Amino acid sequence: MHRVTLFAGHYGSGKTNLAVNWAIMLKKEHERVVIADLDIVNPYFRTKDSAELLEKSGIEVVSPEFANSNVDLPALPSELYGVVQQRGRFAVLDIGGDDRGAYALGRFAPYILEENDYEMIFVANFMRPLTRTPEEALEVMREIEAAGGIPFTAIANNTNLSKLTDEAVIREGEEKSAELSRLCGLPVLFTSVEKNLARGLDLDGVLPIELQKKYYDL
Amino acid sequence: MAKVLMKGNEAIAEAAIRSGCRHYFGYPITPQTEVAAYMAKRMPKIGGTFLQAESEISAINMVYGVSSAGLRVMTSSSSPGVSLKQEGISYLAGSDLPALIVNVQRGGPGLGGIQPSQSDYFQATKGGGHGDYHLIVLAPASVQEMADLTAKAFDLSDKYRMPAMLLADGTIGQMMEPVELPEKMSEGGFEKPWAVTGTENKREHNIINSLYLVPEQLEDKNLERYERYKVVEQNEVMYEEYMTDDADVVVVAFGIAARVSKNAITAARAKGIKAGLIRPITLWPFPKEAIAKAAERAKGFISVELSMGQMIDDIRLAEGCKKPVTLCNRVGGMIPSPDEVLKAIEDMEGGAF
Repeated sequence: MHRVTLFAGHYGSGKTNLAVNWAIMLKKEHERVVIADLDIVNPYFRTKDSAELLEKSGIEVVSPEFANSNVDLPALPSELYGVVQQRGRFAVLDIGGDDRGAYALGRFAPYILEENDYEMIFVANFMRPLTRTPEEALEVMREIEAAGGIPFTAIANNTNLSKLTDEAVIREGEEKSAELSRLCGLPVLFTSVEKNLARGLDLDGVLPIELQKKYYDL
Repeated sequence: MAKVLMKGNEAIAEAAIRSGCRHYFGYPITPQTEVAAYMAKRMPKIGGTFLQAESEISAINMVYGVSSAGLRVMTSSSSPGVSLKQEGISYLAGSDLPALIVNVQRGGPGLGGIQPSQSDYFQATKGGGHGDYHLIVLAPASVQEMADLTAKAFDLSDKYRMPAMLLADGTIGQMMEPVELPEKMSEGGFEKPWAVTGTENKREHNIINSLYLVPEQLEDKNLERYERYKVVEQNEVMYEEYMTDDADVVVVAFGIAARVSKNAITAARAKGIKAGLIRPITLWPFPKEAIAKAAERAKGFISVELSMGQMIDDIRLAEGCKKPVTLCNRVGGMIPSPDEVLKAIEDMEGGAF
């Protein structure tokens, strides 16, 4: 397990949800875990929504000062330097969507590269309209790498259709992730599936996850 | 097309493209920016125009220009930006031009905040600009409706030669749901003999204008426009009724407030309270008849809004002040919880109003 795990991808691919689950998983094995929200793009639905759950689990949370407030000011907190410079904690970094969100990572990339103990995970959801194909996903990967200054090291298949996710959706995601893996030469680290759905599946490399965001049905 | 997972704001943009809109002018503002971002990516790939104007005022006047040429066109913004557009919207209405204006509302007044709100109801339905006019106002409550009502808005706008507004809120704009978008979402085909497309020396000049120097002519224009509005009111009202058949307590809510209310109604029914929901889908024309009909049976109405109480006035007008109407609301970017709505239902059932 690397000290720093970064989740990046097209916006809406499920980075925040995976980052929160990953942090909770890490905390079961490691004393000190910190999760940092580097998202300067999204106004709603953020790491901070899960702050209570995370802090109850003993995970440190570093969020932009104005996250979840009424202020549209994408300022990153100075504590972020502590996350990348002091190496005593396991760190999970939730990077904002697309290349625009990844620009914020650029400021911290030199520290992460120097330490060289990281996993940079591309979160793929092939049910998102602008990343329906492995080729489109690869384009987004390259844009994020150019903006964030850290090359990806692995792929996470988080293909889902929200409440309508079924085995066919997950298998389609697996096939497309495998193709993306062939195109970029990086391994598929896992396929993340909501935990109840995961129970009934006969699949290798499944990471059962809890969903953080809940909406009211219409 | 199979189902995909979309943000509400993306669904608006993709549905606009699939409805034949190839011209978008806007200026970024949270929580609506994804509409512009999506258009910026897609329009160049399909030969359309995406233009980030220098301000909302410029954007709405660019919309006026393209609409004058008879083409489908849209702009989008959030509350403060839509305030800036009001002069242009009045000019569109005064020139009988179709266009789509999207408002993904945030808290106000003034700069307010970036969290969701419904406090632009008056501005949208009562004419935010000057002069006598109406917009067709559609209120989506899901990501699928963001798409479907975008297509509907273009069609209604062309059909009646009047601007249409999609009045969404930040939550529906930002949330993600599975949606299915047909390849072609609008048949189009509306004749626009009034458009300024060049006479080729074959016809008289078309003139698009809202200025009338002779008062009698301006009066006639207003009267003619209001005749058209009457037809819209007769033919285009849309709403959803949920468990209203035997309802003692009728909740009226649109957009995100309707989703919360449905949960509260399910909880009320579990407690044996006969509650139901009328969800206006068109806010103008307002579903007056459905409300009046419900008033014959119901004990009263609850208006659930993310505002200080704006739609509540239209409910009172529609039911003719026969029954009590209470307000269950949160403002400033807050959303009422199902428990808060349930309490309002219980209060009314118990006679506390």
